[in-house]
Amino acid sequence: MTTRSFIPLVLLALLGTVFFALFVGFTPDETLNRTASYYATQTVPETGAQNVVTAIIVTYRGLDTLGEVTVLFLTAAIVGLVLAQSKAPKGRSGSGFLPSGELLTTGTRMLVPVILLFGAYVFANGHLTPGGGFQGGAIVASGLLLMLLADPAERFSHRLISRIESSAGLIYVILGLLGMIFAGGFLDNRILPLGWFGSVFSAGAIPLIYILIGLKVGAEFSSILTSLEDTEDAQ
Amino acid sequence: MTALTLVAAVLAVATLGAALMALTTRSTAIAVLSAGLVSLFASVLFLLLAAPDVAMTEAAIGSGLTTFLFFFVLGRIRREGSK
Repeated sequence: MTTRSFIPLVLLALLGTVFFALFVGFTPDETLNRTASYYATQTVPETGAQNVVTAIIVTYRGLDTLGEVTVLFLTAAIVGLVLAQSKAPKGRSGSGFLPSGELLTTGTRMLVPVILLFGAYVFANGHLTPGGGFQGGAIVASGLLLMLLADPAERFSHRLISRIESSAGLIYVILGLLGMIFAGGFLDNRILPLGWFGSVFSAGAIPLIYILIGLKVGAEFSSILTSLEDTEDAQ
Repeated sequence: MTALTLVAAVLAVATLGAALMALTTRSTAIAVLSAGLVSLFASVLFLLLAAPDVAMTEAAIGSGLTTFLFFFVLGRIRREGSK
């Protein structure tokens, strides 16, 4: 066995040892710790959200979520910046596309509306069912990617995508600031009435914020994908 | 051993098998598909561990978007190679 194939094996064995040690030393807690039990008992009366995970992500840890969305935005911006160097000139969208198959074209025409609708459902119901802005945004972007796969010559408006992205981000921050003025703090969801527990219009500003996050994440992924598609083929 | 543990064990073995297939196969398309399969099995495992939110993220990004993206780039490479 050569050293080149030996070193990865040693590294893998070391990693396995670390994980095994963690696994052996693990004993599950009998009770929830202080933070977890606070979330478990206080989430429903404080935020009115049925999905505790969403309440934590959007309200209690809302600032972290803003940070995550910002990281994703930076990634999209950098990808766009790097790929703008090899952008195809206007009117010449790549060259010599291989035609996509009949199955893919027809399937896309049927599936894309359903996928987009499902993505919107996931992020609009984030406070009731599992899922939310990030998952819904990724589903929306995968629908868009399917369209690009079926018809590589298809072009999406960069301007529309960046408008959706930046206005969603702006409204998100404004909602957070409104929470500071009218309620307990930054991104507090109680600026709107908590409503009937378990209905779509409940949990204050959580559905609104998660819809904005969903639009923003979807637009960011889409902008990465479209800037990949816009690049010129190597000559 | 409960039924849930058994299902989890089968899933874990299937995940490892898919990962091995992704590493050893000669065909790029099969490698991409089995890498997506790893994510899919992992997301079912998350669901069994009562983390549906994480499972959805894993299924949408790890198994859906990444696999699509790989095929997109593969098509792109094939297009440029055929010129």
